[in-house]
Amino acid sequence: MRENLIFGINGPVVTVKGHTDLSMMETVYVGNARLIGEVIKVNADSTTIQVYEETTGLKPGEPVISTGSALSVTLGPGIIGNIFDGIERPLPEIKNKFGAFIGRGADFNAINTEKKYSVTVTVKPGDKLKGGDIFATCPESSAIVHKAMVSPYICGEVTEVAADGEYTVNDTIVKLKKDNGEIEELTLSQKWPIRTPRPIKKRLPATKPLITGQRVIDSVFPIAKGGAAAIPGGFGTGKTMTQHQLAKWCDADIIIYVGCGERGNEMTQVLSEFSEITDPKSGKPLLDRTVLIANTSNMPVAAREASIYTGITLAEYYRDMGYHTALMADSTSRWAEALREISGRLEEMPADEGFPAYLPSRLSEFYERSGYVENLNGTEGSISLIGAVSPQGSDFSEPVTQNTKRYTRCFWALDKALAYARHYPAINWTLSYSEYTNDLSNWYRDNISPLFMSYRDEICSLLLEENSLMEIVKLIGSDVLPDDQKLIIEIARVIRVGFLQQNAFHKDDTFVPLEKQFKMMEVILHLYHRAKTVTERQIPISKITATGLFDKLIQIKYDIPNDKLQMFDLYMQEIDEELDKILK
Amino acid sequence: MVIKHLKLDEINGSLVSIDSVKDASNEEIVTLELEDGTKRMGRIVKIDGDRITVQVFEGTRGLSMTNVTTSLSGEAMKIPLSPEILGRTFDGLFRPIDGLGEIYPDERREVNGSPINPVSREYPKNFIQTGISSIDALATLIRGQKLPIFSGSGMKHNELAVQLVKQSTISDGEDFAIVFAAMGVKNDVAMYFRNSFEEANVMDRVVMLLNLANDPIVERIMTPKCALTVAEYLAFTLHKHILVIMTDMTSYCEALREFSSSKGEIPGRKGFPGYLYSDLASIYERAGMISGVEGSVTQIPILTMPNDDITHPVPDLTGYITEGQIVLDRGLDYKGIYPPVSVLPSLSRLMKDGIGEGFTREDHQTLANQLLATYAKVQDAKALASVIGEDELSNEDKLLLTFGNEFEGKFLNQNPEENRSIEQTLDLGWELLSLLPRNMLDRVDDKTIEKHYRPNTAD
Repeated sequence: MRENLIFGINGPVVTVKGHTDLSMMETVYVGNARLIGEVIKVNADSTTIQVYEETTGLKPGEPVISTGSALSVTLGPGIIGNIFDGIERPLPEIKNKFGAFIGRGADFNAINTEKKYSVTVTVKPGDKLKGGDIFATCPESSAIVHKAMVSPYICGEVTEVAADGEYTVNDTIVKLKKDNGEIEELTLSQKWPIRTPRPIKKRLPATKPLITGQRVIDSVFPIAKGGAAAIPGGFGTGKTMTQHQLAKWCDADIIIYVGCGERGNEMTQVLSEFSEITDPKSGKPLLDRTVLIANTSNMPVAAREASIYTGITLAEYYRDMGYHTALMADSTSRWAEALREISGRLEEMPADEGFPAYLPSRLSEFYERSGYVENLNGTEGSISLIGAVSPQGSDFSEPVTQNTKRYTRCFWALDKALAYARHYPAINWTLSYSEYTNDLSNWYRDNISPLFMSYRDEICSLLLEENSLMEIVKLIGSDVLPDDQKLIIEIARVIRVGFLQQNAFHKDDTFVPLEKQFKMMEVILHLYHRAKTVTERQIPISKITATGLFDKLIQIKYDIPNDKLQMFDLYMQEIDEELDKILK
Repeated sequence: MVIKHLKLDEINGSLVSIDSVKDASNEEIVTLELEDGTKRMGRIVKIDGDRITVQVFEGTRGLSMTNVTTSLSGEAMKIPLSPEILGRTFDGLFRPIDGLGEIYPDERREVNGSPINPVSREYPKNFIQTGISSIDALATLIRGQKLPIFSGSGMKHNELAVQLVKQSTISDGEDFAIVFAAMGVKNDVAMYFRNSFEEANVMDRVVMLLNLANDPIVERIMTPKCALTVAEYLAFTLHKHILVIMTDMTSYCEALREFSSSKGEIPGRKGFPGYLYSDLASIYERAGMISGVEGSVTQIPILTMPNDDITHPVPDLTGYITEGQIVLDRGLDYKGIYPPVSVLPSLSRLMKDGIGEGFTREDHQTLANQLLATYAKVQDAKALASVIGEDELSNEDKLLLTFGNEFEGKFLNQNPEENRSIEQTLDLGWELLSLLPRNMLDRVDDKTIEKHYRPNTAD
């Protein structure tokens, strides 16, 4: 085999001259420092490689060594609670080796190969196994049981099993005799190429909501388990804050948080905060159900491009075990920019704003890996994708936002004006939408209340009405409006401040169960309906505002603890009593 | 043995190409010697087999294909570092220009730096009191933060930066130092900073890197890298608390654009290179603290928004990387309010964890939320007043306008010499909120109201 030598270097892009035996998307080691790279273009007289590390000091003539396999991640116990860079190298290990600053050219095992897990084998000799079947389980963290599966394209008959006991990820647990007579040794870990989706049996309709405890999301713009949502917003509108809230409180079993080209301090914050907060469902630290992938903005750009795929592959692996996973990508714009940067170095013909023409197809490939599915082994699992988008200049017409909109069915548009007024989450209710509301209405009907959806619709229409009234108010002031319209403005204020706005730092308000959300809508609408009958009798609205009921409802989110929902009845009574007084 | 290459093969803007070069490495520094004996420095930016492309820092004026000999240094750009650099002045490539001689280095460090491992970072939580109400109360500066000032030409960002240096409690004690990097600013701006540092008696703790408006543009691309390498050395090797002031980032980005277009790269928005985000991130992300290591790097980059446009790529991308921003507003500046901080778009992302009980005061967050929410309503009232006239406004809106004027005149406005303690700032905030009736304060709970709200003191 002839040796491949570096010919040209341009930033993170390296070329090899001549006809090579390298294949597309293959992982290679570049140079004497053995930097990790991936083949991205092959033609008759040159091969192009993107390098996942800094190329400073690299020289032409240094070797490029092929590995023969596509860029892959190692899947197995030890992933949960860990923090990786964009190509699944564990950052704590990198720290042990290089100190506080990240060095170059080191190969690490993604998961600890020495730690022993207490394995329970669930198959016996003679069992027939096919791809995806679970053959052993072991506790991975205090919250998650890891299920070791047969790699998707392997099947055969079990010939030997190890006894239950302590094993590392590389110990053979089960020996499988394949149809062609070969023996396959199964361990707790397996490899999977990140750009290939893991196979499933079939897709199922997404009919269950991903409950996040955030009112504006759960009640107004819900997302389904297995759905995809986009959070676009300029800087300072609270994208990251919203992502953190979702990662903390949503009811998925496993959270994969991908910090893609964002701030280093944010990842540090996630790391420290998540180990302190406990999961309301399991009572265990949140970090015990979380995987972090941190490729901060100053880490190599090619690894940033890969980090999204690494994240989704990990999510798919846990989905295959039958878990509901949620992947937060913050931010997909940085990923798109990495594509643009590399495309520019390859001197490809640019499309919109310098982004490569294949941006939409890459985005769709990514978002289509979400879904609620039946796995190969018959279990059900889901991946919900929530991608933050950072539009340049807060302009939603830019290519990344527009293309993301086409492949996500939930759009939570963050609004600068709301953020300036410190209305958080700054999700704008006129620009945002969710296409899942209809799919989920049955679930809300059966599990919360048959009235849930009608309340939601009424709340939405009140907000819309207020929006158009505000156009008038901006021109002539609110004093001239008739009383019924003033009432809409008042009640919409209650909805905005008391319901949509949510305080992430308040112990009760940071996560609100659906029952309370429903009751809050109910009591607000009750006041509206009662007040409407009052104004219809030509009684001035000032009499109702004087009761202080509107302001009292705004405080409900703080005044009623999440576990004392019976207190809502008192509010209902009070509304009735006060308004009856006015009517008399 | 040093191999000298006797000719150039192409000169284009600040880039030269040389053929048949063996053993060149990416980002390596080369020396170009002219016939008259003067030397210039360059950096290899692209290698194609044996053809290298070199970016010449001092520019290519006077170079011809034949009058230059080039030699490779064998290493990437490194700068000499020792504790003696404090109090010295350097050019954009960290060469002394104060006539005090060369630096005898303790060590030589590559300027590109390496990213800090997120696992090793320490999340910044230490509040820095700046004595400026608008910043302390509403966009709090935290040690280890990167908080840029978004300004425009003619506004008082330099004064603000100097006041920050003079008053901020980062400059308490013995272990602080300032790294000042000027990129494409006018000579008198650099002078102003130098004089102010001398006045404040801190000059022996300042390292100045000056790439002035008439200095070569290509050097400018290296200036922030050099400055931050110095800062990292002082912070993490000598364990000092470092404040880095970089002005003006817009000039830096424009230099980068010029360089990129002469390299023939595909441009992104407004002609800036597609990698502007990554490039800026490699600068800004060098702020921070490392757990277990004494010392910190706090950055205050200053940038002028072209045409006061906050959506211009430079402020836009900066805002996506930095942990908040302080935005100056021309309207306030015209009114004579100093510092003209536009508080609504200004923000400090690290504020929420560095304030409150134990750091500043327990009511800080509530007060900040209420002030901002109310001031946002003032803007609506103002807009309405400009349509229908002030007399026609409802009572509530009139109160808001009064509040707005008092807020701008008393809270935002302060003397460049005035140093307000955080208690003074917070009390002043409550004094202003007390102008409004209780029901207009929707962000405050009853307990806080009882403690701080004093409507009877209002006149």
